[in-house]
Amino acid sequence: MAVQRRKPAKRKRTSARPPKRGPGVPASRDHALSLVREMMLIRRFEEKADELYSLGKIRGFLHLYIGEEAVCVGAMRGLTSDDSVVATYREHGHAISRGISPGTVMAEMYGKVNGCSRGRGGSMHLFDVSRKFYGGHAIVGAGIPFAVGLALADKMESKPHVTACFFGDGAVDEGEFHESMNMASLWKLPVLFICENNLYAMGTALDRHESVRDIAAHARVYGVHAEQVDGMDVLAVEAAVERNAKAIRRDGTPRFLEILTYRFRGHSMADPVLYRSKEEVSEWMTRDPISSFLLLLRNAGLVGDVDVEKLEKSVAAEIDEAVRFAESGEWEAVEDLTRDVYTPAGARS
Amino acid sequence: MKMTYREAVREGLRHVLKSDPRVFLMGEDVGRYGGAFAVSKGLLAEFGPDRIRDTPLSESTFTGAGIGAAIGGMRPIVEIMTVNFSMLALDQIVNSAAALRHMSGGQISVPLVVRMATGGGRQLAAQHSHSLEGWYAHVPGIKVLAPATPNDARGMLVAAIEDPDPVFIFEHATLYPVEGEVDDPFQPVDISRSTIRRAGTDVSIFAYGGSLGKALQASDDLTTAGISAEVVDIRVLRPLDEATILESVSRTHRVVVVDEMWRTGSFAGEISALIMEKAFYDLDAPVVRVCSAEVPMPYAKHMEAAALPQTANIVAAAQEILGRHG
Repeated sequence: MAVQRRKPAKRKRTSARPPKRGPGVPASRDHALSLVREMMLIRRFEEKADELYSLGKIRGFLHLYIGEEAVCVGAMRGLTSDDSVVATYREHGHAISRGISPGTVMAEMYGKVNGCSRGRGGSMHLFDVSRKFYGGHAIVGAGIPFAVGLALADKMESKPHVTACFFGDGAVDEGEFHESMNMASLWKLPVLFICENNLYAMGTALDRHESVRDIAAHARVYGVHAEQVDGMDVLAVEAAVERNAKAIRRDGTPRFLEILTYRFRGHSMADPVLYRSKEEVSEWMTRDPISSFLLLLRNAGLVGDVDVEKLEKSVAAEIDEAVRFAESGEWEAVEDLTRDVYTPAGARS
Repeated sequence: MKMTYREAVREGLRHVLKSDPRVFLMGEDVGRYGGAFAVSKGLLAEFGPDRIRDTPLSESTFTGAGIGAAIGGMRPIVEIMTVNFSMLALDQIVNSAAALRHMSGGQISVPLVVRMATGGGRQLAAQHSHSLEGWYAHVPGIKVLAPATPNDARGMLVAAIEDPDPVFIFEHATLYPVEGEVDDPFQPVDISRSTIRRAGTDVSIFAYGGSLGKALQASDDLTTAGISAEVVDIRVLRPLDEATILESVSRTHRVVVVDEMWRTGSFAGEISALIMEKAFYDLDAPVVRVCSAEVPMPYAKHMEAAALPQTANIVAAAQEILGRHG
């Protein structure tokens, strides 16, 4: 029997090493500053949340996004306010960059009634329907079918919207991911799947949870156009999301972005991070999305020390205000415990 | 006017598809094939593939997509072939559909209708025959209906689509060919109330779905023995209409609950506990449950029949608590 010998095809593999920064240039100084400010705001917000968690002011599970800020900040800029967003349980950044005030997010984490979900959701279930921000889903992968449904509704009503669905590399192991890729592709639904590949499914490294480490390849199997993007580069994320959202509006078919990123902290506050080396973490930290972007802007002469100082100051004031808003919020009356299990009589959705 | 339960569900579907352009049906084999139980036969030709959608065999995803589409402004009806298969969509149902409104602080309603077949009696063995509606009735945030008659099957579906919350309708698989009288002209059915199907004075028999016919037959048989049995069709498992149940007990003082779920942890157990908590002093005898045997459903006809509640078991239970043996 003749055996055909072939060289194995070269496959792009997700590496544990941070990608090198591309030659991105911001559109303007104002634009650059707004990107930096938003990333800083999310970073400082979460550092404050970390502190408040240690003080016992915030309880439950708290999943910090520190290191991944370029993903949500870049991604939201590439979407319109008519597009829908579905996020995971690591979604403080997504909520804030979607325009939900840090105060209502913080109040939600306090469990106060002035939180964005009346204190019923907490850190993992942030919602703001007025901004088409649909959670806040804490079962890994469960938001993906939900996003497919939002997109189906838009398609059936001939609306030119995109549903952006965020999930992590761990969700790729769930059946719903594969079912949803199949259905979205089969039905040509306007979904932008955004996989935030931070290389760990909770504490399990990609090469210990994925048989095929090239995650974009999983989407291509279902005929979905897929790209890999440097998630430490806010401009690269912004450009990729904008470009792909436009393509979805034009073609009416789903697209997939595998965004290569890294979380500098553990999976949650309970995670002692014993599963990865200090060297690996520090190597990724050299690509910190905020400081590396600032360096680019400094080198281009777009930003100076005074600008950074000003930004830090205004961000600090906004965080103080957010904490004040949360601290001064009321606890929901216990009499309201069973409110909103069902829609009140007479109300129509 | 008479029609079968199958025709009644189809008429309900046709009614809501016609009256609201946001309504669409999706599920396995609902289109070309005409529905696994032939419920949706003809609807594809009438409403087209956009509104009668054949899905991949992906229960979790098409149920989740139903939730998303409902929130996105549509009025989806999801058909899951049998309750056994709905286990694959349990996460979407319990963790999303039921919870979203509460955990979003009331921002989101999920106007989704899910229909599925339930129950045994057709020799389909252990992976197509179980009755698990009581599991769903455990979950706050969803509504659970079990229509037992063609008129309820049609009218409850129409009421369900008008409801802003997720409504789950369990259609007992043996009922589809059963014929019954339906309102003409069409009347909506109240999906918040149980109903008394036959008034009686000596004993209350509580049943729903596929067990209702057996309860009514038992009531006939008991009449010949001089026993007046009231038959109450529970029909709304959540939120449960406690008033109708307690009111019946206050008149008859004796109770038989029929439920095709396994006895341990059955919905009948919930009815029984409710009566113990709220009507204990009305009782002249302990509540008796007639449920399925504690086995995965066997295939062989005689064994399946032995596993399921039957008319004779209901009659015997009623006679037992009345101290009159046949």
